Amino acid sequence: MIDALLSGLSSLVMGLGLLTIENIIMIAVGCVLLYLGIKKDYEPLLLVPIGFGAVLVNIPLAGMMEPGGLLRHFYDAGVMTEIFPCLIFVGIGAMTDFGPLLENPKILLLGAAGQFGIFLTLLLALLLGFSQLDAIAIGIIGACDGPTSIYVTSKYAPHLLGAVSVAAYGYMSLVPLIQPPIMRILTTDKERKVRMEYPKKSASPALKIIFPIVVTVVTCIIAPMGTPLMGMIMLGNLMRESGVVSRLTKASENEITNVVTLLLGLCIGATMEGAAFLKPQTLLILGLGFIAICLDTVTGVLFGKLMCFLTKGKINPLIGAAGISAYPMAARVVQAEGRKYDENNWLLMHAIGANTGGQIGSVMAAAIMLSVMKGMGIG
Amino acid sequence: MDNFTFGITMTIVGMGSTLFSLWFLTLVINLLKRIFPYRESDEKGKEAKS
Repeated sequence: MIDALLSGLSSLVMGLGLLTIENIIMIAVGCVLLYLGIKKDYEPLLLVPIGFGAVLVNIPLAGMMEPGGLLRHFYDAGVMTEIFPCLIFVGIGAMTDFGPLLENPKILLLGAAGQFGIFLTLLLALLLGFSQLDAIAIGIIGACDGPTSIYVTSKYAPHLLGAVSVAAYGYMSLVPLIQPPIMRILTTDKERKVRMEYPKKSASPALKIIFPIVVTVVTCIIAPMGTPLMGMIMLGNLMRESGVVSRLTKASENEITNVVTLLLGLCIGATMEGAAFLKPQTLLILGLGFIAICLDTVTGVLFGKLMCFLTKGKINPLIGAAGISAYPMAARVVQAEGRKYDENNWLLMHAIGANTGGQIGSVMAAAIMLSVMKGMGIG
Repeated sequence: MDNFTFGITMTIVGMGSTLFSLWFLTLVINLLKRIFPYRESDEKGKEAKS
């Protein structure tokens, strides 16, 4: 009887004995993420589930990520199958208005320039000794796009998913701090004050409906491996613009996106198990992610300067910084920066156009990467 | 394939193809704008809907 009592009691404290220093550090990291989300309002929709997932997975004997564990079920069903990022994309498509881009299509090129950081960071990661597949996953942080980063990383380097996702979402929320100094360094006072004309004619409703269909066909023929991503974002947008499935559009924007964000956040947190996450490699990935976002901004602004020169000063180079996928944060940063130098300079709609171009550009860059990898027979 | 060749190939093909694809899309959008131009009736339809 006493033996049974003692063994019963010892099983209750066994977890305490198995708690490692790595577990304690990662529980603290989870709490820091929760603090940033709750108290500082940094991407709370993501940081709260990520932080809590990190706490859950570091509790000894809970087995949350063991075969049969709750988070393992979510992870296998949604991340390994790539369903979660694709569902998030339906929601993003349903929330995005491509109108400003359609009114001024040439700013779509800024969405391409804003992705160059992906490839330059990939090169840097290879130089630092990462394997080819790991370098692809690290480079994609430069897409500044959480779902795309998760999609590519879960395909090629699932062991880096925690570090890559934290970097992608973390730096996305830090765009207002990272971009302005780079924008100021690379532009002159005169360039920052350039006022851009607004197009006289808007995009017709028919064009807005046909646009997602055409983009899907054109881009997916060029890079078929990106079809799940581009297809889903454009499906969401088609539902929005057609106006005939408002229930589905609203569900995609709200319920589906919310549920998937919760599960995706928990899954990302679940990859932050102490022994696997606490490595010098993680710090290196976070550093490279930061460089990727900086390089995106640099190439975007430089391309904006080139367009400014070619159009004889009709394009404000600042909007080049919005050619990344962090929507609509990057566009707001451009607007705020522009108004610092000319209070009556309204760049927002142009920046939104470049920003939506960045969304298409980031998916396109990932799709091209995946297709080239397949062509090379890698992965 | 060694890392250097892989990296250079991905960088050149990746940057070039992304830029080319989006440039091609701008041409397609410009073409679509000619086929489906904005009409005054679109504005009226929008107002009626709202």
